[in-house]
Parts: sequence; C-alpha cells; structure tokens
Amino acid sequence: MKLSSALVHSLTLCIFMVTLPHAEHLPLWITGLCAMLLLWRVYLTQTNSALPKRWLLFLITLTGVAAIAAHYHTLFGREVGVTLLMLLAVLKLLELRAQRDAMGLIYLACFVIITNFFYSQSIPTALFMCATLLVIVPTWLRIQAPSLNLKPQARIAGTLLLQALPLMLLLFILFPRVQGPLWGLPQDAYNSTGLSDSMSPGSLSKLSLSEAVAFRVSYADKAPRRDQMYWRGPVLWNYDGRTWTRGTTGYSNPPRFTDTGQNISYSVILEPHNKRWLYGLDTAATLPNGARMSTDFQLFSAEPVNARIRYEMSSNLSYHANVDESPSQLHRATGIPARLNPRTIELAQSWRSAHSSDQEVVDTALRYFNQQNFSYTLEPPLLGENSVDEFLFGERKGFCEHYASAFVYLMRAAGIPSRVVTGYLGGEFNALGNYYIVRQSDAHAWAEVWLAGQGWVRVDPTAAIAPERVARNLAASLKDNAALPFMARNPPQWMSKLRLNLDAWSNQWNLWVLGYNPERQFALLTRLGMEDVSWQKMARNLMLGLALCIAAYALFMFKHQLQRHRDPVQTTWLKFCARLAKAGLPRAGHEGARDYAERIAQARPAAAASVRDIAARYVSLRYGRMPGTAELIAFKDAVRMFKL
Amino acid sequence: MTGKLKQLFRNWAFRRTVETGTVELNQRRVYILPSKQGLGFAVVLLVMLLGDINYNLSLGYVLTFMLAMMAVMSMLYAFRNLAHLRIHAGHVTPVFSGEDAQFVFHFDNPGTLTRYQLHLHDDAGHRTTFDLPALTSTPVHLSIPATQRGWLDSERLSLYTEFPLGLFHAWTYIHFDVRCLVYPPPAPQQVLPAPSAQSGTGAIHATGDEDYAGLRNYIPGDALPRIAWKALAREQGLQVKQFSTPQGRELWLDWNQLGTHAVETRLQILTRWVLDADAQGLLYGLRLPDGELPPNNLPAHKAECLRRLALYGLSGAAT
Repeated sequence: MKLSSALVHSLTLCIFMVTLPHAEHLPLWITGLCAMLLLWRVYLTQTNSALPKRWLLFLITLTGVAAIAAHYHTLFGREVGVTLLMLLAVLKLLELRAQRDAMGLIYLACFVIITNFFYSQSIPTALFMCATLLVIVPTWLRIQAPSLNLKPQARIAGTLLLQALPLMLLLFILFPRVQGPLWGLPQDAYNSTGLSDSMSPGSLSKLSLSEAVAFRVSYADKAPRRDQMYWRGPVLWNYDGRTWTRGTTGYSNPPRFTDTGQNISYSVILEPHNKRWLYGLDTAATLPNGARMSTDFQLFSAEPVNARIRYEMSSNLSYHANVDESPSQLHRATGIPARLNPRTIELAQSWRSAHSSDQEVVDTALRYFNQQNFSYTLEPPLLGENSVDEFLFGERKGFCEHYASAFVYLMRAAGIPSRVVTGYLGGEFNALGNYYIVRQSDAHAWAEVWLAGQGWVRVDPTAAIAPERVARNLAASLKDNAALPFMARNPPQWMSKLRLNLDAWSNQWNLWVLGYNPERQFALLTRLGMEDVSWQKMARNLMLGLALCIAAYALFMFKHQLQRHRDPVQTTWLKFCARLAKAGLPRAGHEGARDYAERIAQARPAAAASVRDIAARYVSLRYGRMPGTAELIAFKDAVRMFKL
Repeated sequence: MTGKLKQLFRNWAFRRTVETGTVELNQRRVYILPSKQGLGFAVVLLVMLLGDINYNLSLGYVLTFMLAMMAVMSMLYAFRNLAHLRIHAGHVTPVFSGEDAQFVFHFDNPGTLTRYQLHLHDDAGHRTTFDLPALTSTPVHLSIPATQRGWLDSERLSLYTEFPLGLFHAWTYIHFDVRCLVYPPPAPQQVLPAPSAQSGTGAIHATGDEDYAGLRNYIPGDALPRIAWKALAREQGLQVKQFSTPQGRELWLDWNQLGTHAVETRLQILTRWVLDADAQGLLYGLRLPDGELPPNNLPAHKAECLRRLALYGLSGAAT
C-alpha cells in the first residue's frame, strides 16, 4: 500500500513540530541539517519523486552519526542521545514506504516530544505539546483509515483526546509516584544555573545577568524587611589570590546560636541547581526535613537538588552565632596567600595599629569604601595578579564579589577572622501569588567577621557603596544599568505586572504539576480523605477509578449508538394509542390503524372525525411515499390537539 | 507445525457453526486483542514511563498517560466499530472455473455512526476493505477465485477492524451457508455437433441453423442474442427473433460423442457446446451418463445444463 502524499505531508508536519523545540539547544549545524532533510522530503512528496536509495540514506546516517560523535566527543549521554534521535526521526521520514514505517514514525514522534521535557516543562511547552498532539493524532487516524475525510478525522481525533483527558488526570493524581532516578544518570542530565562553590572576580556579575528564577518563597506570616533577606548559600574560606573556595567544612561542630530573636517561618520552592545546598534566611532555626547544617551555618540536603523541591523552614533574623568558635576555625578564617597584595596588607595593618577594637577596624574599612570614590558596576575592569591591590588602589570599580573579597582580605590582613558568604539578597514580591521571586540576578556576596563576644557578624560592604542594592534592587543601585537584561531594569508597569501574573501562574504550575512528587501526592490524597496512603491503596483506587470511568464511557458510547433510529411517526402514533388505551380503548394486537380508528369511531362518535383523520395521516406518513416534514408536523399537531 | 496448532486452537476456541439468516454481532461474538502494533506501542509507553520516573518529568507523565488512555479508549472504539452490525448473505451468481466468485454479504449498520475500515477476508487471504455509512445496508463483495468446478464454499470468513489507531484487533468469524456454483471452464472454440432428426445419434445434416420465422414481443427472460436489435433500431420496440424449428431437428449434446477425451475435457467441451447452442437459440438437449435433459431452449434450461455439468460426478451433487 502506497502512502498518499497528503499523509506524508502530515507526517512531515508531525516530525517538524516535535523537532522544532529542540532547535533552541541543538548545535546549529544539526538544526540546519534536519531542516534541509525536511525540506527535501517536502520536495520529494510535492514532485511525487522516488525516495532516495537505501545506500544514500545509509551514507547520510553514517556521516551524521560521525559528525555528532566528533561534535560531542562521545556517543553517550543525554544530549547526544537527543541529537541522534532527532536525526533518526528526520531520516526515517525519507524512508517511508509502508504503513508500518508510518506507525513507527508516529511512535518516534511521541518519544521525541518526551525528550523535549528535559529542557523545558513550562506552561508554553505544555501548550505546544497539546498542539503537537492535535497534529499527531489525526495523522495517526489517517494512517489507519486513508478513506477518512478531514472532518470526521478531526472529530474522532478530538473526541479521543477529550475522552482520554479525565482518565489521564486520574492516572496523574493516583499513579503511585516514585522518586527518581531509578538508575544513575549521565553527567549532563541536568542543566543548572546558580551559585557555585567558588567565587572569582566576575562570577557573580555574570550570574546577575540571568533572569532565571532561583527559588520562590512564601512567608507564613509577615515578610521580613528587605535588607534582612540575606539568603545564605556557600560560605567561602580559602583564597588563592584570585578565587575563593569552600575548602573542607564538615558537620563535626554543630553551630551554637544564642540570643536569638525574630523567628520567621516560610517555605521555599527551589529550582533545580544540581548542587546539594539549600538556601535559607540567615540564619536557620528549624531545618527542612532531611537537611543538615554545616559548621559554617550552611544548609545541605542529602542529595543534589536536581528536581524542583519545596521545603519548609524557619529562621532567626537576630542571633549571636558561635561566640565560642574553635581556635582552629578562627585560625582558618585569617589565612591569606603570602606575598600578594602588599599594599592592601599595609593598609590593613595601619588600621590595626590605629584602632584597638576589631569593630573599629570594620567600621574604618566600610568608611573607606564609602568615602574613597568607589563605584558599583556590573562591568568592572579586568584584574591582574594582585587583584585586591588593583581594585583598592586602581580604578575602584567593582561588583559585590569584589567588595566582599577585598573586605575579607583586609580583615584577614588585620588579623580579624572573616569569611565570604555567597547567596541571594532580596527578591521581587508577587502580590498575585503572595510570594517572593528570587532570581539569579539577585545573587550577592557579603562578608562575615568574628568579633569577640558577638560571634560571627554579617557585614555587607556593598551596602557601604550602593545602599540601594540592599534596600531596593540591583537596577536601582547601578548608575549605568544598560548591561542588565531588559526586565531587570525598570520596565513599564504593565509589563512588570504581566510578568508577575505569568510568574504566579507558573508558580502554581510548578507547585501542582511539575512538583507533584511522592510527598505532594501523599499530602493531596490525605487531604482528599484517603487514609494511610500506600502505593497498594493508590493502585487499587486507580484501577477502580479507571474501570468505572471506562465503563461509564462504554455505557454512554453504546447507548448512544444503540439509540435505534426511532421513527418520529411511529413514536407519535404510539403516544396516541397509549392515550386511547388509558381511556379504556386499547388497540388489539391484530388491529391495523384503520380498523382501530373505525372501532374507536363507533365507540366514541364524538371523536370519530379526528380519530379517522389521525389514522389516515398515520397511514399515509408510514406507508405512503416520501412523507414531507410539513405532513409530519401536521400529524404531530393533530395528535397533540386530540381530545376524547 | 505452529500453523496447524493455531488452526486446532482456533477450531477449539471459536465455534464453527454454519449460519443461516441474519447474524447480529453482539459482545459474545466480537473478540478483541492488542494488535502487533499495539504491543509495540505498549513497549514505547513503558520506555516513556521509565524515562518519566527516572528524570522526574511531570509533563512526561502527562503525555504518557494521555497516550496510554487514548490507546485504551481506542479499544472501545474498535469494539464499537463492529458491534451490532447485522449481516446476511446475498445471492451468489454462478461463475465459470477460472473466474472470480463474487460472494455478496449485506451489512446493515443500525447505529448512528459510520463504521470505518472494516476488513473481510478468508483464510486464504482474499480480502476486501470497506466503510459502512450509518443507518444503511451496504452490500459487500468478496471475490474468491473459483479454481474447480462444483460448489465453492465461502468457508469461514474473518471480519476485523483495527480502527481507529491500529492498536487493537477486534474481530469476529462469520460462516454462512453460502456457496457459489462453479461451471466447468468452457473449452476453446468448438464446432457444434449436427442436429439430428431423431433423438439419439446418427443422421448428419448439413447445417445447424433453423429457419427464421418472424418476430414476437420480448418476454423477460429471453436470451440476449435473440433480441432483434435491428428492429429496435427501427423503433419497432423490443422484439425477439423467432425460429421455427422443424420437429425432430433437435441438437443432442451427447457425452458419448466425445468418447476419446478425458472426463474434464468432455465436460469442458460440453460446456462450450451448451453456451454456443444457447447463443444460437437452438433447441438442444444434454445427455450425460447419469441422465439426460430433453431438448429445450429456455434460459433456465441452459442454467440446468451447466449445473449438471458442474456437478457431474461429484459427491453430494444432488444438493
């Protein structure tokens, strides 16, 4: 059986639609190759030409696979797999000979849709998936029934999809969820943006250009002040003159907080960032389930966060932390690389000798930043070997990482234990969903110094140069914010409102659709009244629900179909007979319409004329030739008006 | 071996009764199983589900469940596509061996939905595909090549559909007591034997044609070759040429005249003779070892002659 060109065209459209979203992240040459092959296929169909020879296809396939291998330096991994699948789908289109190939292609198309979810599962992606299904299913029908016209084809496909929808929802809610992964995933399985566990000049300013959401927070009661929203991330101890790293920090000495106050509870929906740490307000009081706190107050989950997770926690906004810090930690917090940045060390030591208390040194440093013509910019100049010297005594332009780094360096040079803390600061309030959005552009770095009697104290040197950064947002603090993405500057109000609206929607989406994991399932089912939720119970309820639904569908479908084409004439006549029967004059089984009418006429002479009239109409409608609608209406009227 | 086992299983599992009258397809008659493509799709879905679980793809779950439930619904559709159809066998016109027998089945669709992509086939693979519009009765022709004279049984036929998605195979067996009479294939051109004055063998006269005796009005059933087309062209209405056949000038198509030939060849030659004699409007009789048919030239006579030839020497020929 040869496939019709209309069918081939719709199959080409299917493959086009499923491969289209991949164009965004595939190498350009692969996208170009696929596009060319698709166009070739359209041309071949249009001109009704023969398909390319097998050896030619084989050659193209081989070349393509070799090129992909050369491009990625491997043939394994998710990215490569997706690329190969894409090439395969398009090439299969050029090898379309029988119905079997067409069905295979449909299966392949469904599979390619799934692979797109590695990259995006947003609402637009879901809508596009629906659109793709609306192309795939009619094509599928056309493969099976080439004789089907366009209209019934669309109707049947639409009905099938609509009927499947409630069943799908049932499955989605009740299908026992398992927390993946089932097996080890390739290294490139998750793409992530976010803070890393090191900081070098430029790393945060680069991150600040990203509008991606880092996490969303909803506070149980009142939100804290903006300048208290310091979301603690990696704490960096070690400095090699250029890059700050975490070094080794364990859990051996649990932190001790005293004089805590101002407890705030909140829940965080953290986007996957493929690292183990969690973010919490400084500093955590009750930890999320399964999380641990390191010696330097950082929160860690047991597994890398490679799926969106939600956790509840609370923090104390005022505290004294580790007032009795161990000497080894304090020693660690004063190390600086030897022979680097001599001028900085000189400056710090001059402050040290001028002031007796550590607090005064800290204040001097902040004053220094504030008064010595420093500026806050996203595009700092490149720095050389003595980066701190160059920053402090050169152009004096930098982003938060420069200030945090220089400040900690100064403190350590002055003998005050200190460390760099990275994380996020602030967030955007979404009134619609009553939550805060924290984006990558809110990434921030600050310092912590250890003062005798007070423990670890947060010092944000950025606040000394650009207080707006702390009080408002990044855009407000930058003189020249051209480098920021459009939406991070100050967009028109309707636009930011729209953005908040969309974000509220996608927050719900993340919460209920994408974040529907075993815990959420458990919570929802419990709330719906299911007791002691177990997977056996879920499976049982699922089977029961599906069986009921399908039975209801079957009943409806067959009843609808079995509704014999009832003759309206007969129906009306039977109604008439029933009324006479009620009046004590039932029609005998052997009696025809005319005989019956005659008998009635004799029994009830008053109604004789109308009975005869009705019977005559019935006979002519039922046995006559081609009754018209007018006659039928007249007959119905006559029956309705009839009175005994 | 597997084929034989399969056949045995089918004979055991599905009743092999021959049906008469109208058959209505109810739940007990319609079987449904996943098709090969359906099993393939199940594998695809399973792989997709594993991917969803492993990579925590919520939207992947949505798609997988959607496709799975669509497949489940398509099972109902496949069943509905066959359910409540009413079938009865139609008249089968006899054919000559070597031609295709056209079995006719009338499919009545009492439902309000069109039935799409129904396939009717026999075990040997002769098939036909058709749609059935709603609320109508549709004749469906299945051609089966007739290779042997005698009765050609329609055997058990399978009616199946995989509509709408090809994932489920819904089928039923129908076995009607319809058969097609297959005449022996007419031999190539043959000279007719000479008519004889007396019944029996013997005297040979020169020509086999009778005398033209005039026209009479057409009566339904008259042979086509005898219609006076020229008269029709002269607008004298549909008339039939009449020949006066003198008494005793009867043509006997006699088995014994063909003494040297094999049985089948004799039957083929006799078939040819019957056809030729009928076309010429002759008064002919047929004499076979198992009986004879007295001379006549009515259409029914031709049919009876051919029937006798078709069934000659076959067991159960009487039926």
